[in-house]
Amino acid sequence: MTKHPRTLYEKIWDAHVVETRDDGTSLIYIDRHLVHEVTSPQAFEALRVSGRKVRRPDLTLAVPDHNLPTTARLDGAGHRLPITDPESAQQLAALERNAPEFGVRLIGATDAEQGIVHVVGPEQGFSLPGATIVCGDSHTACHGGLGALAFGIGTSEVEHVLATQTLLLKRSKTMEVRVDGTLAPGVTAKDVVLHICGTLGASGGTGYVIEYTGSVIRDLSIEGRLTVSNMAIEHGARAGLIAPDEKTIAYVKGRPYAPKGEAWDKAVDWWHSLTSDAGAIYDKTIVINAADIAPTVTWGTSPEDTISISGSVPAPEDFADASKQEAARKSLDYMGLTPGQRMVDIEIQNVFIGSCTNSRIEDLRAAAAILKGRRKAEGVKWAIVVPGSGLVKAQAEEEGLDKIFTDAGLEWREPGCSACLGMNPDKVPAGERCASTSNRNFMGRQGPGARTHLVSPAMAAAAAVTGHLTDVRDLSEA
Amino acid sequence: MTPISQVTGRAIPFGLKNVDTDIIIPAAFLKTITRSGLGKGAFQAIRAEPGNIFDNPTYAGSPTLIAGDNFGCGSSREHAAWALLDLGITCVIAPSFSDIFSGNAFKNGILTVVLPQEAIDRLMEVARTDEITVDLETQTVTTPFQDRFSFEIDPFRKHCLINGLDEVGLTLARDAAIGGYEAKAKGSLPFLAVVEH
Repeated sequence: MTKHPRTLYEKIWDAHVVETRDDGTSLIYIDRHLVHEVTSPQAFEALRVSGRKVRRPDLTLAVPDHNLPTTARLDGAGHRLPITDPESAQQLAALERNAPEFGVRLIGATDAEQGIVHVVGPEQGFSLPGATIVCGDSHTACHGGLGALAFGIGTSEVEHVLATQTLLLKRSKTMEVRVDGTLAPGVTAKDVVLHICGTLGASGGTGYVIEYTGSVIRDLSIEGRLTVSNMAIEHGARAGLIAPDEKTIAYVKGRPYAPKGEAWDKAVDWWHSLTSDAGAIYDKTIVINAADIAPTVTWGTSPEDTISISGSVPAPEDFADASKQEAARKSLDYMGLTPGQRMVDIEIQNVFIGSCTNSRIEDLRAAAAILKGRRKAEGVKWAIVVPGSGLVKAQAEEEGLDKIFTDAGLEWREPGCSACLGMNPDKVPAGERCASTSNRNFMGRQGPGARTHLVSPAMAAAAAVTGHLTDVRDLSEA
Repeated sequence: MTPISQVTGRAIPFGLKNVDTDIIIPAAFLKTITRSGLGKGAFQAIRAEPGNIFDNPTYAGSPTLIAGDNFGCGSSREHAAWALLDLGITCVIAPSFSDIFSGNAFKNGILTVVLPQEAIDRLMEVARTDEITVDLETQTVTTPFQDRFSFEIDPFRKHCLINGLDEVGLTLARDAAIGGYEAKAKGSLPFLAVVEH
């Protein structure tokens, strides 16, 4: 067999093929599987009904995150507080019953390591470069920031992975999104990925696995790379990939579930080979110039509806195609915005800093740097900071960040998915706006009638201080 | 899984672009541990509008939904497919689907048909007055007005849909191949083959 130059995606794919069928689909081995309380109950139930076992319980890790309230979980005496919503309590109880029954390791609601699955996986060293990683959650693309082939699956596929440790897949097309240059001060990983969403559109990546390359991506920290890859799904790509480098290896080293000793050395050798070969061909390449990326916000109800903070709300007629004009009309109506309105004039009543996109320690540091010595504006009624995991929370408290947040009038919460999606008590009231560091501005995403503006952590903090969307670069150090 | 080979009946001319799974079924309805009964929460925000298409008696019980580009984008929630089934929808026609949604639909016996926008526009028009027939065997969508649109479908998916096959059962039969891969990976990728703790 002649060796043709391969992309990173092809290398990971080839290493995981169990067998390929005549029609071109392959049975792909799955190295790591994360499960949470919302998309797993029906999968475990299906196994139970059919008398099937979990093939490799050791390769699955269960963590509740989606509907867990982010208020205190223990009372003063250290006893667990009940969850008042009966349906949430039932889903959580199902996970706590299913994990031990099927031999799956569970990080429980009150464990120090609990958090959002996509924060916990990398943090624990459970997610590794070059691994195939799945979870019943579309933001599984996040782990691609480590150079893992990671993607979201539905509940039937969760069942398939539990029973067989494989998935039947067709090879995706490959796209390179190269971000060249150097980011201007105040422009972050979140702005980069929002800008990419605007450039590609919400379906621009459909059918592709995207590899993010270029000097901007190389210069990002691992946490920044996780933020970028996290939102691959928001431009339609099922998975994002960033080639592992020395930064990645240093990040993984010594984490609880990371390989050790001889296995570690072997892993590092392999990870060094995980780059797209010179001459490897992508099906499509998009080049973005860092100089074109400003602090970016969304105006509409699709992550593709992005605009520079210095811009204005567009008019439906600004769009070429008729269906986008119609969608823009619906979005503007839902968002209560008028074409031509300046983005910086949009008043904000709620601020959410958290989610699998932006709840890691660097995100909290970025928000705290803006909030230090400042107070949230009067018009901001509700502002919460939700760390991505118990370990992030502990680290932030050690650095005194929690104090900065609470001094500024923000609430400091327990880890979970929180106000990213309206299925736990953290919701944005109907008709009100939220500057949110999460990943989706869909209608009703943060609660029925809630209006979401996606932003970076620093931009969310800036909005909290001024009470309207704000260019973080206009706020000098306090 | 219920076998599916032909879907005939009225089709809901929905047509909206970028319909995400939060629109199909909002998160508040995901706190169930069963697959049934999700129809009550389906398209909640849209159905809050008076005169919406889903509560229009003309389209009551329609087995087909016609949608715009990028249907089912966003969250991986399979509840979106279960909600459609609960509404009695077994076929969705659109210019494109999100990868995750089309997989979820397939695994629940929902046929997703990709047709170009011109064909969608024509079917939207027909759907307002007449029935539409989607035939999986011949891979065609036809109307009473001699319209005939051919669509592509993965042969394996077609085979599974027509025969109502369960993919987990099919893969479990490949146990030896999976075991073979695991044995090989222990040597070549030992750091992935086990989780150290």
